[in-house]
Amino acid sequence: MGSKNIKAAILKNGQVLARGLIPSGFEQRAAAEKIFNELLEKADVSRDDIDHIVATGAGKDVAPYANSEISMMGADALGGTFLFPSARTVIDVGAEAGRAVRCDGKGRMVDFVVNEKCAAGAGTFIEAMARALEVKLEQIGPLSLKAEKVISMNAQCTIFAESEVVSLIHEKTSKADIARAIHDAIANRITSMTRRLGIQRDVVLAGGVAKNVGFVSSLQRTLAVDLLVPEEPEFVGALGAALAPQKGN
Amino acid sequence: MKMKKEYWRWPEYRRTVPRKDWAGAEVVTAGVDVGAVSSKAVIMVDGDLYAYSIMRTGSSSPDSANKAMNWALEGTGMKLEDIRYVVGTGYGRVNVPFANRAITEITCHARGANYIWGPTVRTILDMGGQDCKAIRCDERGKVTAFLMNDKCAAGTGRGMEVIADLLSVPIEEVGAMSLKVEKEPEPVSSTCVVFAKSEAVGLLRKGWPKEMVLAAFCSAMANRVAELLKRVSMEKDFVITGGIAKNVGIVKRVEDVIGLKALPMKEGLDPMIAGGIGAGLFAMDLYERERKVA
Amino acid sequence: MTCLIIHYGYEDASGEYFISVDTDKCNSCGRCVEVCPRGVLEMRTVTADLEDLLVAAVTEEHRKKIKYSCAPCNPEKKPPCVFVCEQRAISHTWKPKGR
Repeated sequence: MGSKNIKAAILKNGQVLARGLIPSGFEQRAAAEKIFNELLEKADVSRDDIDHIVATGAGKDVAPYANSEISMMGADALGGTFLFPSARTVIDVGAEAGRAVRCDGKGRMVDFVVNEKCAAGAGTFIEAMARALEVKLEQIGPLSLKAEKVISMNAQCTIFAESEVVSLIHEKTSKADIARAIHDAIANRITSMTRRLGIQRDVVLAGGVAKNVGFVSSLQRTLAVDLLVPEEPEFVGALGAALAPQKGN
Repeated sequence: MKMKKEYWRWPEYRRTVPRKDWAGAEVVTAGVDVGAVSSKAVIMVDGDLYAYSIMRTGSSSPDSANKAMNWALEGTGMKLEDIRYVVGTGYGRVNVPFANRAITEITCHARGANYIWGPTVRTILDMGGQDCKAIRCDERGKVTAFLMNDKCAAGTGRGMEVIADLLSVPIEEVGAMSLKVEKEPEPVSSTCVVFAKSEAVGLLRKGWPKEMVLAAFCSAMANRVAELLKRVSMEKDFVITGGIAKNVGIVKRVEDVIGLKALPMKEGLDPMIAGGIGAGLFAMDLYERERKVA
Repeated sequence: MTCLIIHYGYEDASGEYFISVDTDKCNSCGRCVEVCPRGVLEMRTVTADLEDLLVAAVTEEHRKKIKYSCAPCNPEKKPPCVFVCEQRAISHTWKPKGR
């Protein structure tokens, strides 16, 4: 139950039957119901077929049908190791928060750090910068890969960064270079946060922001470690939550 | 390119103190405070305020410094050469081309506040365009503690601009409008301007009137600003400088949170020129010092 | 005696992050600058009331990033810069909200 998007998954015997995403919008509860019903249809199961429903994320207590809850950190650990059994660090960057989780081989969360409540540390930053750059969010990642010059942003606040982007454009800096600077800025913040935890390989990158190739590229550079990125990184938390009952959580 | 300044139309102006003349003056000095958002030039004659200008900082700091200074001089008969010593301060202080010296804002604001309100001032809250400062000083206006937050937009003019834009309310009306609520609502849960704005959108959708949304936003900003003051520990008398000193909605809420009333603004001494006044006074000290050595 | 304490850093919605230097107690020994693994500190001339003081200060590059720059030192306990200062001139606040 993310701040921006609700992600859900139905698992049977460790296999994913269906998964889906819906924006949380202003009526989180209604959106949660909607995605649940959609998934039931997709998986061709009925409500009664489901043994256990686990909710996670910022809005987990809003999920109207959940039997139990699990922290995002626990969900990330479970989901990350489910997808990559060698995972020992999971970095999850969502719309409003970034977190890094250390886990063991059994998917148990060992330690974590969270960076939340400040937009500059999460996906909202990139969204706002894309608007300032007048580029679609889906395009800002690929654009940043075309950068020729490395520049660094001064502003550490999303609001001030917007003004800085506007100034850079006036100074005729190329949009690709600016895009790269934007991704470097947030990648540096996530890296510093993760270093506080100590990085243990293998490192998995989860969360919606992992779909941004520019961010992945910048993060790989600043972390100086290879990143394992699942195909649908935004579902790692939901997968982990679905796995929780089997793991006795 | 969308320039979000439509609702931020605070008045730019210049002023000469009436019934004051510089002809027989011993020492004429100036302080130029170039901020990220506004530039202020202040002319002091024998340590007294003579004239000043307040205008928006443009894309070039040296240009803004020149313009502000020329505007302050306008109509006075004084020329730049008549000024014995100029001190630059603020974010763009190294870009004041005609300054004799640049001094950080650490000391200028306290000196200026001491001039404006007198020797009882001990705590200064400066809320500028892109930064927020909490300052402690002694009876001579000497700084004893200094804190400047220019990392985060909360508590700055730029932060207020975001809500003014969202609600289409002119920035100079935000404060008064936020006080038109019967019952003070809970502050928005986030002091991050970006998230606070999202919350505000949600509140509007729920049917909250603009006044209440402004109140909730200002309340959160005031809470944040109060935290900065607590860090330097507060003591009366308390004064507020910078552009947001004119936002009664923020001022009143800060006073309520910290339990201290701010001294009222002084007629003819715009709270935005405190830094410039301090710089102008330091200019006088430096000029005297250099003259003695010579 | 300048009686001046300078607080570098910021509070944002995620917490409070400050490095504070008491300019009276700082004797310009420079040990904190040496021991910082990320170049957050430097010796700088600060003009206070027309006096020039050479004291420890946070660099322009890091003062708006203290949350991140100082994170690896685990500053909730005593970070190296505080530990090494014999004059107790430097103090560190690093408090993310929640955990």
